[in-house]
Amino acid sequence: MTLTLKWMEWTVPGAIFCSTIFLLVIAMTIWQTVAPSMERRGFLPIATTPGDRLFVGLLGGVYIFLAWVGLTSFTLWILLPIIVCWIIVVMLWG
Amino acid sequence: MKVKKKTIGLVVYFILLMLPIYWMLNMSLRSNADILAFFTLYPKNITFANYIKIFTDSSWYMGYVNSIIYVALNTVISLSVALPAAYAFSRYQFVGDKQLFFWLLTNRMAPVAVFALPFFQLYSTIGLLDTHIAVALSHCLFNVPLAVWILEGFMSGVPREIDETAFIDGYSLPRFFITIFIPMIRAGVGVTAFFCFMFSWVELLLARTLTVTNAKPISAIMTRTISATGLDYGLLAAAGMLTIVPGALVIWFVRNHMAKGFALGRV
Amino acid sequence: MEKWPNNKAWFLVIPVFVIVAFSAFIPLMTVINYSLQDILAPGQSVFVGTEWYKEILSDYRLHEALWRQFLFSGLVLLIEMPLGILIALAMPKRGWGVPASLVTIALPLLIPWNTIGTIWIIFTRPDIGLFGFGMNNLLGIPFDHTASSLDAWITVMLMEVWHWTPLVALLAYAGLRAIPEAYYQAARIDGASAWSTFFYIQLPKMRGVLTIAFLLRFMDSFLIYAEPFVLTGGGPGNSTTFLSIYLVKIALLQFDLGPGAAFSLIYFVIVLSFSFIFYQALLRVGKGETV
Repeated sequence: MTLTLKWMEWTVPGAIFCSTIFLLVIAMTIWQTVAPSMERRGFLPIATTPGDRLFVGLLGGVYIFLAWVGLTSFTLWILLPIIVCWIIVVMLWG
Repeated sequence: MKVKKKTIGLVVYFILLMLPIYWMLNMSLRSNADILAFFTLYPKNITFANYIKIFTDSSWYMGYVNSIIYVALNTVISLSVALPAAYAFSRYQFVGDKQLFFWLLTNRMAPVAVFALPFFQLYSTIGLLDTHIAVALSHCLFNVPLAVWILEGFMSGVPREIDETAFIDGYSLPRFFITIFIPMIRAGVGVTAFFCFMFSWVELLLARTLTVTNAKPISAIMTRTISATGLDYGLLAAAGMLTIVPGALVIWFVRNHMAKGFALGRV
Repeated sequence: MEKWPNNKAWFLVIPVFVIVAFSAFIPLMTVINYSLQDILAPGQSVFVGTEWYKEILSDYRLHEALWRQFLFSGLVLLIEMPLGILIALAMPKRGWGVPASLVTIALPLLIPWNTIGTIWIIFTRPDIGLFGFGMNNLLGIPFDHTASSLDAWITVMLMEVWHWTPLVALLAYAGLRAIPEAYYQAARIDGASAWSTFFYIQLPKMRGVLTIAFLLRFMDSFLIYAEPFVLTGGGPGNSTTFLSIYLVKIALLQFDLGPGAAFSLIYFVIVLSFSFIFYQALLRVGKGETV
């Protein structure tokens, strides 16, 4: 039996994307273990913990990405800061 | 008068509910030539030839055997990993508990079609393609979260004072869990096993994708028969009737607990 | 009652985490990679960036499948929710009728999905099916789900309603049973009509279970695959090609890995959003008094 990862067809962007999310989740876990935060209410319609806000931020980021790709043909490099800003906004005030 | 109207409505609904099943039973008791020759509301020349064919032709009955093997494997795996986890979710508060529970739930909701192709690649890479364990493992994707979800509901119904008393009496957690706790929620374990069994039994897409010949489930064999030319409706109906039997049997055993499982909305 | 805070509980969860992560993460990461490349043969691929997303997002067949899917899920909810509540209200509250009706109602839920499709093929065929034969020969209405898209839709809807209304009914029934008798007594003393009892007592008290029923039905109808696949194969034409059926067509039958993967991810994100809403509703119901 040979175990190879060849069939997964890894690409650099794919790897960066997956490891970023993975590292974010690990960082959140460590942060919440060391200093647990309470639920609070921001501009989102529900009370959220930082973990929830990260999730909402990422999910919203995906929708922004899809809208960008589907509706416009600008380069993705402009999109990246927009999504990062969006996630930071949600994390801080969501 | 009002009560009567209600009852009549309910009876009509039950009749409509049973009609399609009755129709399949009707078809399964007639030969194919008989079915195509004339239309009848009940079988005039009852024949068990369709059932006999299924029980004597190995390409048919092995489908049932394969299904039962991987379904049983899946139920055992799901239950044994879900029991401790459900206990953790119902008793303890820990970092990421809500997020983890949510993540599990998303897998219950995930579209199986998304996973079919990578699963095929994954299991062919590790050399498990066309084995029962591959199907059992892949069904864990939605059955383990389901099992955790149902069990957590039943466990939360047990007061925590019982755990505390047992720990004061000097029970260790594993001993308490196996000798006291699991017997207390055995109804819940039964209902969970039932649903794991059912969802693994009814799933078609993954089971079909991951098997070729050796572990081919009955659901895939039936689908193949449908797409073949010159359909044998009688045989198909008989095969269908037989797939209903396990569910009908189990439903009878858990009928008193079923309402609770449904009441928690955990299906 | 507060739960005991203890991070060691993670050890109890690890087996579940490992087994689900194995089945969830590896495929998901693979799909992400596939969606960025044009895979000509195993190990032979060209990086195409977001090309597939562009293609999929502007694929009119996908748009059609998506709208069809929403229409289907919407109709399902519109029919099944009121019907399920009605059945729950009509079900007996005590006596031998309770287990009898529970078992009868639950039966369709426990039939394998492809058998459901088979049942309905046999039931609605114009030549041998009771329904198809009755429509054509007794009522004189031409009905053939393999030829007419409207008939195919009717058949799939009938099947879906037949299959899943029992779930709504059982949930609503459980919700009704949880209402204390005192409420009904108070209503009787006030001389409330059956309607006002329903609107001011039963419906508000069932809100929790009905939310769950609504979301479960929405999610499951959104993912529907096996039953219409067996019954109509997505046809005639593409008239009953729902999202899952279209996805399987692209990814497994045409073996277009890249577009299939991009499609998978978009589908997954939509489902993920609804799961989040579902979970939030569930938490809120858990905090409330009902259920």
